[in-house]
Amino acid sequence: MVEWTDEERAAISNIFSKLDYDEIGQKSLSRCLIVYPWTQRYFGGFGNLYNAEAIMNNPMIAKHGTTVLHGLDRALKNMDDIKNTYAELSVLHSEKLHVDPDNFKLLSDCLTIVIAGKMGNAFTPEYQASFQKFLSVVVSALGRQYH
Amino acid sequence: MSLTAKDKKMVKAFWAKVAGKAEDIGCDALSRTLVVYPQTKTYFSHWKDLSPGSAPVRKHGGTIMGGISLAVASIDDISAGLLALSELHAFKLRVDPANFKILSHNILVVLAILFPNDFNPEAHVAMDKFLAAVGRALSEKYR
Repeated sequence: MVEWTDEERAAISNIFSKLDYDEIGQKSLSRCLIVYPWTQRYFGGFGNLYNAEAIMNNPMIAKHGTTVLHGLDRALKNMDDIKNTYAELSVLHSEKLHVDPDNFKLLSDCLTIVIAGKMGNAFTPEYQASFQKFLSVVVSALGRQYH
Repeated sequence: MSLTAKDKKMVKAFWAKVAGKAEDIGCDALSRTLVVYPQTKTYFSHWKDLSPGSAPVRKHGGTIMGGISLAVASIDDISAGLLALSELHAFKLRVDPANFKILSHNILVVLAILFPNDFNPEAHVAMDKFLAAVGRALSEKYR
């Protein structure tokens, strides 16, 4: 089981309490599709992804960004059992969506960078460590049911 | 995934905007590397103080940024421009190349913090590609 210090719980809770899910979700997912264009393979039905501007203004991507970010709420509410909390979503990503789990890390990195840009210096090295630890536990849980 | 003409133009333009803060960028990126990826501290056991923003961290952050600047200036042939640095990292420092990716990530985090408006997605992809190319050039002489 993953051990969380009080400081880590506080940092993660603090980051999420200030989060505008619509803004950060849209920015993170569109940044991922722009910085790592091969991730667009999963979004064939999402309309115009032709260039950075199209991606950033795409309403389907924006909506999906919000959905993905809210997916992290499950971990936030169940920090002491993230592994089992994501079993169902892991099966979904493997069996139905067929997403290569390496992509989870790519999106995590973009999310980290977008939140850093939003929070500025409030995103201290300690906050970054806690947040990245949180994301890596989620990423690991999401990859667990792949076979 | 080599640098296109568009990438090079973007990197040079973006670097011109941020170069003034190079030492701060280097200091913060290295500080974050040591805190967020504690295994990287193993390379600095000879320093008295590994805390964020300490004197040795600031100084070394500046040194690293000097290397990045050199890479920007050598962007048309990064391998040639960084030959001496590659030999240094391969034969003397022997830093595991996985750490280049770690430091690159933290440089991007700091760029997002310090330049939230300029570090847009297009700048991000160009800088990510550029830093990956720098990492590859530094690894050239390893084996």
